[in-house]
Amino acid sequence: MSNSNFTRRGMLKTSAVAGAGVALPTIFTASSVAAYTNEPTGSSVTLGFNVPQTGPYADEGADELRAYQLAVEHLNGEGDGGMMNTFSSKELQGNGILGKKVEFVTGDTQTKSDAARASAKSMIEKDGAVMITGGSSSGVAIAVQGLCQEAGVIFMAGLTHSNDTTGKDKKANGFRHFFNGYMSAAALAPVLKNLYGTDRNAYHLTADYTWGWTQEESIAAATEAMGWNTVNKVRTPLASTDFSSYIAPVLNSGADVLVLNHYGGNMVNSLTNAVQFGLREKVVNGKNFEIVVPLYSRLMAKGAGANVKGIHGSTNWHWSLQDDASKAFVKSFGTKYGFPPSQAAHTVYCQTLLYADAATRAGTFNPCGIGEALEGFEFDGLGNGKTLYRAGDHQCFKDVLVVRGKENPTSEFDLLEVVEVTPAAQVTYPIDHPMFAGGALGTCNAG
Amino acid sequence: MDAILLQILNGLDKGSAYALIALGLTLIFGTLGVVNFAHGALFMIGAFCAVTVQRLFSLSFETIDETQTDFLGNALKVKTPYVEAWFGPQMGGAIIDWAVPLAILFAIPIMVFVGYAMERGLIKHFYKRPHADQILVTFGLAIVLQEVIKYFYGANPIQTPAPESLSGIVNLGAIIGMDIVYPVWRVVYFLFSLLVIGGIFSFLQFTTFGMVVRAGMADRETVGLLGINIDKRFTVMFGIAAAVAGLAGVMYTPINSPNYHMGMDFLVLSFVVVVVGGMGSLPGAVLAGFLLGILESFASMNEIKSIIPGIDQIIIYVVAIIILLTRPRGLMGRKGVMED
Repeated sequence: MSNSNFTRRGMLKTSAVAGAGVALPTIFTASSVAAYTNEPTGSSVTLGFNVPQTGPYADEGADELRAYQLAVEHLNGEGDGGMMNTFSSKELQGNGILGKKVEFVTGDTQTKSDAARASAKSMIEKDGAVMITGGSSSGVAIAVQGLCQEAGVIFMAGLTHSNDTTGKDKKANGFRHFFNGYMSAAALAPVLKNLYGTDRNAYHLTADYTWGWTQEESIAAATEAMGWNTVNKVRTPLASTDFSSYIAPVLNSGADVLVLNHYGGNMVNSLTNAVQFGLREKVVNGKNFEIVVPLYSRLMAKGAGANVKGIHGSTNWHWSLQDDASKAFVKSFGTKYGFPPSQAAHTVYCQTLLYADAATRAGTFNPCGIGEALEGFEFDGLGNGKTLYRAGDHQCFKDVLVVRGKENPTSEFDLLEVVEVTPAAQVTYPIDHPMFAGGALGTCNAG
Repeated sequence: MDAILLQILNGLDKGSAYALIALGLTLIFGTLGVVNFAHGALFMIGAFCAVTVQRLFSLSFETIDETQTDFLGNALKVKTPYVEAWFGPQMGGAIIDWAVPLAILFAIPIMVFVGYAMERGLIKHFYKRPHADQILVTFGLAIVLQEVIKYFYGANPIQTPAPESLSGIVNLGAIIGMDIVYPVWRVVYFLFSLLVIGGIFSFLQFTTFGMVVRAGMADRETVGLLGINIDKRFTVMFGIAAAVAGLAGVMYTPINSPNYHMGMDFLVLSFVVVVVGGMGSLPGAVLAGFLLGILESFASMNEIKSIIPGIDQIIIYVVAIIILLTRPRGLMGRKGVMED
């Protein structure tokens, strides 16, 4: 007779428990074996770069990826160090983060929230990413920010301009360096008033998702406050390519200003269609018809070609800025890739450095420690002047640029000119501003 | 009233692209019996023929201008297009300016070749396979083609302007005392599409080749029994259908900057157009193309959208359902055609 304790039933029970344990995603078990989600244990730390490699914002995504790779090089002590040399915090030494070599994985958000969440989830669960960053669409950024909050990793938002990212959808684990719709409106309105006066009728064409809605709301509120009348607000699907049916009604609407709340490929097509329909030569109510593109980028300007000449908008950063930090970044990026960086590239490069610096100052990769280090952090030397990461909503407050499509570009990159640098104080709003109301920051989740 | 006329014009314009793509789809389905989901990709390749021609004409050599600096502070490299160096700034500039219309000459042989290669290299192996297999393989091909284009040309739209003299606006309502301004190039596109459609119909109606093709579309077996190599003629028709889609793409580039995904944007709508027009019916495809284009434009009017929000996104499918419920063979589909 055998005295063995193995029984068929016991074996089955053990197998079931072990199987369930193995099958459980690490995202749910990390806290039981580590202090926080994806605590790095080896000699390297993995960051997850989640950018659109396809879809209407793919070009922005490609430029973001270039900047991420440059930031990783600089953090690991390769290259010329870029803005690490000008950054006011001197914690980063070019030896990775906390002595661990920085590695990265990438995902394609496809400019779709579900695809972006899936790729972020995969990077956290399978690749062990300790931080997720990216997003060239606010819909995507908000979706991924929510996922990171649940998973217990930091989300350093890339190009997301919706008020909601740090408004009603803000999260304790999420941080945004990029500016937002309210800030664009606050910077643009005085310039538009000087240029076009106070008696104007504006017609809005708006990308139909969170970014478009909040930018439309912000611009309409700011322009109405200075006396403009909003004639109509028309929503256009993000997937639209031909905007002629939306432009045609503008002709007979009595509007003398068209506000294009579009970005990326959408903006290229809608602006092209607007110019084709002769809006820029049109005179309405005795005034020249004007087009405004509140959120501008050089990549879009390149796509729209000569159509951008003389058109005003706002931007987070521009390569022609002459401060030491901007020059260092342009030199570093331009030498590596042969062309100047976009605002998308700039903001994600900054976010990567800011994350690394916060981890170094906190002495940990624990998201709660990093969050604390970022909250209320004041810095300079990253190309936007003095900047504050406000603790209450995790939004950066810094100068905003008002730009105009250049009439006589001297090169293929020289498409926008900076008209005005609006000081941070002018674009700062109270934390309980109605446009940012709803939702709570909550508490940080370490997994 | 102005707004309604403007939307009709817009609809005719959109319908031109639908009709041209649907015409090619119908030609292929009517002759070879293949459901070609790669037809949108042919439209896209045509558009990129225009981009390629524009880039070829803009090929430049660099000279160093020590008096200016680039964004890194180095001496500026000034680019001068070869055509401007060869033909002088005025003539060279005009050649670059007219790149899109000139691209038609380049696109026709390229597209015929692409169509021929596609049919001989891949699609002919699927003639006897179920339609589901044909859809899968052609859809897969479309994805491959768009990824190839994306690899070489990037993901962002590429500005491909119309010639300066055709870039402005024209007041089409001046004759009747109304103010209906419309982009000149869109009028050109509409007239061009009528020319191509007229050309295809004339070719099929008034040439021996066309007569044989029509006979083959009606009864392939009988034509074959008469000793005519109908397969060869159908392959040529595939090439012609590809050229029609390509030409539609070339001329469309100044309307909307081309990107690698533009074919997919048109593909589904064009299939709806074919089904609404009647499978295998060439006049049906053209009629349905213009009709659905106009309906889509009307549905985009603010007055309509304020009553039924989002109608502009679904109108084509709603109309397709209604037409198929009331006329299952489509607008001009005939009994017995494509029903075996």
